[in-house]
Amino acid sequence: MTRRVTSDTAFQGVLVFAGVGGLALLGGIAWVVGTMSEDAFRHVGFWRFLVGTTWDPVAGEFGAWPALLGTLLTSALALVLALPLGFAVAVFLNEVAPARLASPLSALVDLLAAVPSVIYGLWGLFVLAPAVRDHVQPALQAVLPDLPFFRGPPLGVGVLCAGVLLAVMVLPVVTSVAREVLRALPDSFREAALALGATRFEVVRRVLFPAARSGLLGAGVLGLGRALGETMAVTMVIGNRHDVPDSLFAPGYTLAAVIANEFSEAFSPLYLSALAGLAAVLMGTTLILNAGARLLVLHARGRWS
Amino acid sequence: MTSAIHEGLVPGSIPVGRDAPAPARRNKIEVVELTARYGNREAITGVTLSIPARTVTAIIGPSGCGKSTLLRCLNRLHEATPGAGVSGRILLDGRDLRAEDPIVVRRRVGMVFQRPNPFPTMSVRDNVLAGFRLTGVRPRSPEEVVERALRRAALWNEVKDALDRPGTSLSGGQQQRLCIARALAVEPEVLLMDEPCSALDPVATARIEELVREVAPEVTVVMVTHNMQQAARVSERTAFLYLGRLVEVGDTATIFTRPAERLTEEYITGRFG
Amino acid sequence: MNGRAEERDPAIRRFRRRRLADRVFLVLTVASVGVVLAPLVAVVGSVVARGAAAVTPEFLVSVSRPVGEPGGGIGHALAGSALLVGSALAVAGPFGIAAGLFLAGTRRNRIAWAVRASADVLTGVPSIVVGVFAYAVLVVPLRHFSGLAGTLALAVLMWPLIARATEEVVRMVPRELSEAGLALGARNWRVALRVVVPAAFPGIGAALIGAASRAAGETAPLMFTAFGSPFLALDPTEPVAAVPLVIFNYAVSPYDDWRRQAWAAALVLCVLVLAGNLVSRSLIARRAPR
Repeated sequence: MTRRVTSDTAFQGVLVFAGVGGLALLGGIAWVVGTMSEDAFRHVGFWRFLVGTTWDPVAGEFGAWPALLGTLLTSALALVLALPLGFAVAVFLNEVAPARLASPLSALVDLLAAVPSVIYGLWGLFVLAPAVRDHVQPALQAVLPDLPFFRGPPLGVGVLCAGVLLAVMVLPVVTSVAREVLRALPDSFREAALALGATRFEVVRRVLFPAARSGLLGAGVLGLGRALGETMAVTMVIGNRHDVPDSLFAPGYTLAAVIANEFSEAFSPLYLSALAGLAAVLMGTTLILNAGARLLVLHARGRWS
Repeated sequence: MTSAIHEGLVPGSIPVGRDAPAPARRNKIEVVELTARYGNREAITGVTLSIPARTVTAIIGPSGCGKSTLLRCLNRLHEATPGAGVSGRILLDGRDLRAEDPIVVRRRVGMVFQRPNPFPTMSVRDNVLAGFRLTGVRPRSPEEVVERALRRAALWNEVKDALDRPGTSLSGGQQQRLCIARALAVEPEVLLMDEPCSALDPVATARIEELVREVAPEVTVVMVTHNMQQAARVSERTAFLYLGRLVEVGDTATIFTRPAERLTEEYITGRFG
Repeated sequence: MNGRAEERDPAIRRFRRRRLADRVFLVLTVASVGVVLAPLVAVVGSVVARGAAAVTPEFLVSVSRPVGEPGGGIGHALAGSALLVGSALAVAGPFGIAAGLFLAGTRRNRIAWAVRASADVLTGVPSIVVGVFAYAVLVVPLRHFSGLAGTLALAVLMWPLIARATEEVVRMVPRELSEAGLALGARNWRVALRVVVPAAFPGIGAALIGAASRAAGETAPLMFTAFGSPFLALDPTEPVAAVPLVIFNYAVSPYDDWRRQAWAAALVLCVLVLAGNLVSRSLIARRAPR
C-alpha cells in the first residue's frame, strides 16, 4: 500500500506532537526539579537531607525532616478524619438517599471541591484557627490533660488545625471517588443480598465494602495525594516553624509550605537548590501515591464491568 | 502482494482490469478475490463479484454475513476502521481502487448509512453542501446544488422553507433522505446504501425505494439489505452472501425464482436458522 | 408473658439487634452528611458574610493603595488574573485539544498509553512543584519574575485537564458521523475539525471553562512566577498581579483593612470560580441526553 504525504499526515503529526509534548512536559518537570536539587543533595547528602532536623539556610544546613514529618502528620490526620466521613457520605448518596436528594447533594459536594485552596486557607486562618485556640484545645486539654500530644500553649494555628482544614478540603475528593467506586458495583450484588434478608447496613458492610475494597483504598490514596501537595491552605494555618512538632497543637511546617514561603526569598544557590530538593521529595511521594491509587481505582472499576 | 495471491489461486488466470477485454455489459465495479478482516477475524473471504453500471445491485444475506463490510470496501471506508485489513482487488472502471487516493475514491463513490447521520452542527443546507465544504471545494452555484440534490432525494418540497434549520430537526425518514441528498450533491458515480431503510417506517421506506429507482439510470447503486422484499422490489441484480462468502449472484428475478444454490433457496424461502 | 417469651427467643433478639444496627447505620450516614456539609457551607458562608460588605464597584476597578490610605481595590489583580488565565488558556487550549484528539483517535498504542498516563500523573503533581518548574524555565533565564512564567505554570496545570476531558467527549461523538464525513471524500483532518470537534463542542467548551476556572484559583504556582504586583501591570515580561495572590498577601498581612479586602477578594474569586464551574457543568449536562 502506498503511503503518501498528505495534509492528513501533517495533521496527525500535529496531534502526536501535542500528545508527546505533554509526555515530555512531565519528564521535563522531573528533570528540571531533579537537576535543581542536585546541588543540595550532593552538599548535604540525600539521606541527611531527608532525616536532618535542622533547617538553617544561613549556616548552609538543610534537613527536611520537620517539614517531611509535618507533611505526613497533617495528611495522615486529614485522612483519619476524612475517610470515614467521606465513605459514609458516599454510602448515603449512593445507597440511602433518594435520587432527588442525592444528585443535588453530590453536585454541592463536587462544587465545593472547586473552591480555591487560598479561600480555605483564609477561612482556616480567621475562623478555624481561633475556634481551635478558644474552644477545641481547651476542651481537649480539660478532658485528657495528661496526653503528651495535647499539650502546649493555645496558638490556634498548628498541626491539628492544618489537619482538620486538609480533611475539609479532601472530603469532596474522597466522597466523589468513593461514590464512583460504589456506583460501579453491579446492582445484582445488592439485590442478591437484600433477597437473602440482609439489612441495608449488612449489604454495605458485608457485600459492598468488601467488593469495593481496592477502589475505596484508591479513593483514600487519591485524597492523600491531594493532601500532601496542598500548599496555600496549609501554609496559612500550619504555624510555619522548622521544628519537629511535639504536640498536635504545636506549630510545624510542610514541604509545600516551606517552598511557598521561602522560594522567592532564597538568598543563595544552595538554599534554592535545597528548596528544589523539597519539591523533588514532594513530587516523588505524590507520583508514587497517585500511580498506585489510579491502578487501584482502575482495578475496582474494571472488575465488575 | 494481493495480485500475487490472486494469480496464485487462479493459475493462468484471465487478465482482469485495464487489460481485460471489454465485457458485453459494462461493469462499473469488479471485485476480485476480496478478503477483509477485522483484526484476525475474516469478515469476508475471497469474494469475486461484478457490478454493472447504472443498475441497482442488492446484497442480501443474514446479519453478520459480511454485507456491510463488502460495501465499506467499495469506498475504502473499511480500512478507516482500526485493525481492519484487506487483500484482493477492487476495480472501479477498470482501475484498482488502491491506486487512487481514498479521498478521490470516496468522492466518486458516495455512501448512505444504516442510521441517518446528518451532521448535528450543520443546517439542512450545509448538510447538503457538506461534501463540498468538507473537501474544500466551492460549488459554483450552491443554491442550485442544494435544490437539485434535494429534489433528487425527493425532499425539496418538504424542506425548501427550512433550509436553515438544523439537519437533525427533521424526522427520521427526512433525515435519511437528507443524507441521500448529501451523498448525491457531489454527483457520485456510485451510491452505496447500507440498509438505508432499517431505521425507518414503511411509508418512509417506500419513498426511499422510489427515489433509488429514479436515480439508478444515472448512478450505479449498491444496496445492502436484509429485507428480501426490498431487494426484489428495487434491484436488478442480487448477490447472496453467507458467512463471508459469496454464494450466488445473478438477475434478481432469477435469484428469487430459480436460485442455483440450495443455500440461497433456503434463505429466500425463510427456511434458515 | 408473650413478650418475655419473645425476648428469650434468640432469633427474635438477633433480628432486633440487626434492625437496631441498621437504624444506627442510617442515622450515622445522615449525620455524616451534616458533619461534612457544615464546614463546607461554613467556608462559603463566612466568605459571603465577611466579604460582601466590601465588594463595591469601586473595589473591583481600583488598584491597590498603600496601607493607611482609604479605598483601594483589586482591579489590577482582576486584570492580571484575566491576563494570566487567558494567555494560559490560549497556550494550553489548542495543545490540550490536539492531545485529546490524538488520544481519542489512538486507542491501543504504546505512545497513547504513555501520553494518557502522563496526563493523569501531571494532574496529580502538586501545583507548587509546577511553580518551581516554571521558575527554573522562565524566571531564572529572564532574571526576574514575570507574567510569562505564571502563564507557563498555569498552562502546565491546565493541559492535562483539557486533554483528558477532550478525549472523553470526542470519544462520545458517534463513529457514524466521522464516517459520513469520510464517505464524502473528506480528509481526516477536515472531518476532525469540521465534524467531530463541532459535534463535541459543548463538552470541549466545558473542559476549557473548567480548566480556566480551576487555574483562576491557583495561588501556589504563581508565588514565585507571576509574583504579584501592586500596579496595573499588563506587561507579560514583568511581575503581574493575580486575585489569589492578593488574597494570600493581604490575609497574612498585619493590617485590618487589608484583611477585610482579602475577604472581599475571596468572595469575588469564589463567585468567578464557582460560576465557571457551574457553566462547565451545565454544558456537560446539556450534552448528556443525546
